[in-house]
Amino acid sequence: MSSNSTSLKELFLNGIIKENTIFKLALSLCPSIAVTNNLKNGIFMGLAVLFVQTMVNITISLMRKAIQPKVRLPIFMLVISGWVTITQMMMAAFVPDVYAKVGLYIALIVAFASILARAEMFASKNSIMPSMADGLGMGVGFLFALTAISFFRELVGKGTLTLPTGLATQHVFTFVNTKPLLIMVLPAGGFLAVGILMAAFNWLDTKYLKKGAHASH
Amino acid sequence: MSNEFIKLFELIISASLINNFVFTRFLGLCIFFGVSKKMETAVGMSITFTSVMMISAAISWVVFTKVLVPLEITFLEIIVFIGVIAGLVQASDTIMKKISPGLYYKLGIYLALISTNCIILAVPLINAGEKYTFIQSLAFGLGSGLGFALALIIMASIREKLELAEVPVPFRGLPMAFVVTGLIALAFTGFSGLITL
Repeated sequence: MSSNSTSLKELFLNGIIKENTIFKLALSLCPSIAVTNNLKNGIFMGLAVLFVQTMVNITISLMRKAIQPKVRLPIFMLVISGWVTITQMMMAAFVPDVYAKVGLYIALIVAFASILARAEMFASKNSIMPSMADGLGMGVGFLFALTAISFFRELVGKGTLTLPTGLATQHVFTFVNTKPLLIMVLPAGGFLAVGILMAAFNWLDTKYLKKGAHASH
Repeated sequence: MSNEFIKLFELIISASLINNFVFTRFLGLCIFFGVSKKMETAVGMSITFTSVMMISAAISWVVFTKVLVPLEITFLEIIVFIGVIAGLVQASDTIMKKISPGLYYKLGIYLALISTNCIILAVPLINAGEKYTFIQSLAFGLGSGLGFALALIIMASIREKLELAEVPVPFRGLPMAFVVTGLIALAFTGFSGLITL
């Protein structure tokens, strides 16, 4: 856990690959299935988490000397729910159509184990720059996972991709006019998609990355 | 009067089967995958969960309608609900330890896990959003708890058998659990349209 020896870049990459929240740690799974039947929703959800994770890490790191260890968990929860409320209000104001679909899941970022875990394990022990790099890495890793899942689901399930081109505008690319595998955009398909992608991630990991010295799991 | 009773019954059925939290709303997945490896833990978790869910639904309903709405600070609902839940979990932890150490020994660890569970927070949020009455909120809490218990127990019994099956290497562990959940979720789609509220 000593951050002096590891560079900021390594901290950043750690969250994306080695400790990817969804594919590796299997935490914060709810939104990874609930909002990912459409690429645009997946991207905005990922951005929301990225924002909250980074801001929480910075805030906790700033306050770390003032927090009494005994009451740290309630204080962390308060900080997290404060930032989530801010995110929720911003999304309701700027992207109302996305908010209408993912609103409940935005509120539930509060209960994300991964955000609390980073605050507890990293930000409360490190200074601002490493905490920020850690938060950004974790958030980008989450964004990457959500984008991958929703890309896969929308493409296979509907044959389209919905890309946001601005806050209120979007562009729908259509690849196939039929609905190739409708099950993938249905609720049940979300579980299947995550299962398959997780297995793919494991497979890639054992095939290409395990050649290095470290062995995870 | 009897009409109202039927409404409540419908609410419980819909919360537990049609809109099952795990299979159609995808909440509480971390706990769902975490504790569904063994039947015993699954049952312990279900009992703790359903009772905490009902109590927290009741308390948050009171706080929401008697404090937040009159003061017009409903935008603070997330902070307040998480506070109520964390306090409740801490209190029941202490009370259980004093009154019934045996029960505490069995269910105590699940209590600690509950405060970071999204379903527990989702129930008060949905209750507030749908403007349910006090009794309806209780019924919704009970239904959601039963639905979660059902999901956990089904999953635990499948996973105990799955231990013996031969699974391709990349799929071992969680990926396979996800695929199995997908198949159960597919079965649960059959419940949609059972009752139209």
